[in-house]
Amino acid sequence: MSKTRTREQGDGEVAALDQLAREDAGSRAQFLKMVGGAGAAGALAIFFAACGGDDEEEKPSGDSPAPKPPSGGASKGDIAIVNYALTLEHLESAFYQQVLESGEVKDPKIGEIAKSISEDEMEHVSALTATVKQLGGKPAPAPKTAFEDVIAGGPQMILETAASVENLGAAAYLGQAGNIKNKEILAAALSIHSNEGRHAAVLNQAIGKSPVPDGAFAKPATMEEVLKAVKPFIKA
Amino acid sequence: MSKTMTQPELAAIEVKGMTREAFIMRGAIAAGGVYGLSTVGPFVGQAMAQGGGGDLDILNFALTLEFLEGAFYTMAVKSTKGLTGDAKEVATTLRDNELEHVDALTATIKDLGGKPVKAPGVDFGDAFASQDSFLELAQTFEDLGVGAYNGAGPMIEAVEVLAAAGSIVQVEARHAGVIRLLRGERIAPSAFDKGLEMQEVLDAAKPFIKA
Repeated sequence: MSKTRTREQGDGEVAALDQLAREDAGSRAQFLKMVGGAGAAGALAIFFAACGGDDEEEKPSGDSPAPKPPSGGASKGDIAIVNYALTLEHLESAFYQQVLESGEVKDPKIGEIAKSISEDEMEHVSALTATVKQLGGKPAPAPKTAFEDVIAGGPQMILETAASVENLGAAAYLGQAGNIKNKEILAAALSIHSNEGRHAAVLNQAIGKSPVPDGAFAKPATMEEVLKAVKPFIKA
Repeated sequence: MSKTMTQPELAAIEVKGMTREAFIMRGAIAAGGVYGLSTVGPFVGQAMAQGGGGDLDILNFALTLEFLEGAFYTMAVKSTKGLTGDAKEVATTLRDNELEHVDALTATIKDLGGKPVKAPGVDFGDAFASQDSFLELAQTFEDLGVGAYNGAGPMIEAVEVLAAAGSIVQVEARHAGVIRLLRGERIAPSAFDKGLEMQEVLDAAKPFIKA
């Protein structure tokens, strides 16, 4: 997409919005061409009971309205993105489970937060695993994790790490939104993205940081940035 | 960012980040003028005009909600009885964020050649009678905002607009989380923040909008 920079540039927020949008401007357009209105009907039923049918009004140019399952070629990129998300969710899920099992978190309020986040992450793992399978892909395996030092560091270090991981997770989803071709997968990713945002804000607040560290506009992270940041928590 | 075009020769033409098709459609809507959603008032009617067609309509729909939230927190910070401590600090931060969203959406709509909706008249009833009642309505608005953006997201055509909406919805979700924390509620009602349809959102927002 060619950017027409007619906007007055004195406005910081708007400039930030522009900056957010630079990556891979073409992929969503390709998706809209391919998917038309039908999308991967049925493939993601778990997510979309609540999304209703009215948002399926993209107008394909005279194509048959019959739903087409996503073909391998069309959704390889999406499968890779879902597997990327799944890897992160595995990591998060393992982290909270290990934290809860460790008994290191003794404050009941924090314990309750950790438990509810842990439940969310497990649900994300299940849903993303099912999604990859339904798309005909092979779900990414749970990585071997290395949280021992963090957990041994006690509640403060645990909370700080949890906050970092959640902020990173939210940024990771945001960084992929524009790359997702299938509309239903995008809807699923968005529904998880904001859940991670909730987690991140609450953990930030719990450690005395701003719930909105980027201000009014959350910043995305690239796959490369995210993988680099989580590397210390993954055993080779 | 071109949608599927019935006339391929037009597909390559973009008008300030919109497809020509969307651009023409928007012109037609502007000329049409009247949208019949009298029950929710002209502001929301304007935002709803196209019933899910086109990024500008989605942006105006979002702007209406942000106006509502911006007004809500502005009033809350000024007049909520007994607002103190973390709740006051959070309310102030949220107010600032929502007002920035208003500014950014307004600028984006203008940049795309559209006409930003005006701020709706608002009525929040007794919400500011206490910190608790303020936080309760804040939770409603933030959860609603998350659902609204998540519902609209997959309908967005321009990748820039999607990125902006994603950036904003994460902040709305952060608001929702921290408000829920302050209220001692579970921080997420579900592991998946379902997208809401525009009409659901408007129905929920309607009691707080004065025509």
